[in-house]
Amino acid sequence: MKRLLRDRRAAFGCSVLLIVVLCAIAAPLVTNGDPMSQRDIVVTRFVPPLSSDPHGVFHPIGTDRFGRDVWTRLVYGARISMGIGMLAVLVSLAVGIVVGAVAGYWRGPVSLALLGLTDFALAVPRVVLLLLLAALWQPSTVLVIAVLGLTGWMGIARLVHSEVRSLAARPFVEGAVAVGARRLRVLARHILPNALTPVIVAAALGVGNAITLEAGLSYLGLGVQPPTPSWGNMMESGRDVLVNAPWVATAPGIALVLVVVACTLLGDAVRDVLDPTTRHS
Amino acid sequence: MLARLGHRLLAGIAVVLGVVTLTFVLLHLAPGDPIDIMLGPSATAGQVAAQRHTLGLDRPVPTQFASWLGRFVRGDWGTSIAKGRPVRAILGDAWPATVRLVVLSLILSYLIGLGVGGVQAARSGTRTDTALSVITVTLFAIPGYWLGLMLILVFTYWTQALPAFGAAGLDSDYLRGGSWLLDQLRHLALPLTALTLIGLGGAARFVRGAMLETLSQPFITTARAKGLTTRRVVGRHALRHALTPVVTLLGLSLPTLFSGAVFVEAVFAWPGVGRVLVEAVQARDYPVVMAATAISAALVVAGNMLADILATWVDPRLRHHA
Repeated sequence: MKRLLRDRRAAFGCSVLLIVVLCAIAAPLVTNGDPMSQRDIVVTRFVPPLSSDPHGVFHPIGTDRFGRDVWTRLVYGARISMGIGMLAVLVSLAVGIVVGAVAGYWRGPVSLALLGLTDFALAVPRVVLLLLLAALWQPSTVLVIAVLGLTGWMGIARLVHSEVRSLAARPFVEGAVAVGARRLRVLARHILPNALTPVIVAAALGVGNAITLEAGLSYLGLGVQPPTPSWGNMMESGRDVLVNAPWVATAPGIALVLVVVACTLLGDAVRDVLDPTTRHS
Repeated sequence: MLARLGHRLLAGIAVVLGVVTLTFVLLHLAPGDPIDIMLGPSATAGQVAAQRHTLGLDRPVPTQFASWLGRFVRGDWGTSIAKGRPVRAILGDAWPATVRLVVLSLILSYLIGLGVGGVQAARSGTRTDTALSVITVTLFAIPGYWLGLMLILVFTYWTQALPAFGAAGLDSDYLRGGSWLLDQLRHLALPLTALTLIGLGGAARFVRGAMLETLSQPFITTARAKGLTTRRVVGRHALRHALTPVVTLLGLSLPTLFSGAVFVEAVFAWPGVGRVLVEAVQARDYPVVMAATAISAALVVAGNMLADILATWVDPRLRHHA
């Protein structure tokens, strides 16, 4: 842990994520209030960043075409985007760990079938599947979470599978079996806890990936529906006003890039700290 | 080798079949109906039923699937419900644009990525390495559609240097020779830059990792001990060795790049398969969605097989493990 805190990448990643999460939680305290509130649209729309509208309300990143405060929407959008990213990864983790553990610990037809399923799901073009699912059913936040989660578990399953398989051959597992522990107990109490560290790294990377994909779906109009703010639909709404009000599309993009960079750096740092072979390079 | 390829080919066909079946089932499970979109809310029940019968949508789903598959394999891909054009014509117009974009950006991002990653590995730990790492991580994180918007903002709106929409100018049919080529290149510039920059981040990060691992191996120490220059050690000895995982990744990144292309095509109104797919999905255009999905799945599978073949070609040791 100490090594992790001394790593500059980890420090950067942690602080960015911490700030974003804190802002998202404390959204009413750090913003002007309701992200959907509109006042007199004609005078309050397209107020440039760092200036006040005629009502005297200050807008740090300006307003959009409906006169809504972009900073407020950005912070409330963080709730949606980060929330979707994390929940989707939780779904992926649940499916991936179960599939990977079962396929890794029990050999035979079930294991083969699960591995085949994983390989198949890995070969399915993810974006095509996302487009289909998101376009065919009524777009909603829950659907986006489910779809992202159910199309992102394969990497984790493979990781868990290989970890479990190698751990199952270790002496401490043999010891647990020798004292008469049941198979499920051996798997859950002895093997899985030891297999989880690389999984956590993959999960950190997965959150960034899920946030990007959510934004992509929302950008195509297939994700979180307006007026609820998400970073993706904010970018989408900024596309048409790119000339008059470039800040509307720029701000959520920068926020998204910062968060994904933070996830990636944190993941890299954790992996380097945990993996002794890269420690000296 | 041949047996292995045959095995892979069979597995690949199975995957494409699986994807197509899944798509078909999903399409028919989903609420919403292409007929509603086609005829609008004013259509009578009789008109809807008649249209449904004409399109064969009133038969049981397994029958529909079997007959679709039979016709698809024989090359009859049907007619677009939304546009009334043959699906083959629509996709035939679209795929060269996508392939041009994806292949060019794949080559560019890997060439630049090899250079950047190689420099980083050779100077690992220095400021150059850190600076380049910051850049590649950021590129890796940028979503394609947003990068596209920013490029449009800078190059189309602010400096008015490059066109942002489509693959050719309105007058392209009347252009000849040099000016036609220039028009094509100008339209290609922004989408290609967006897609290349996104791929570049991942490629450079991967090359750096692979090179660092190679540089720590004994044969590199030997090369250095023989008194070779760093340039020669990195360029001739390490680079070749590090190429195996990179080539594997190249094939594996085809699907990712194709996914990226879907969004980039949407931003730049690039007339490729991605845009056809997005439009077709939104219009419930069953025949187009099915064909486009089958083609994307086939591309992905082909990418994986290509990776396999390239890897064996680069690293002869793999031939003996097969």
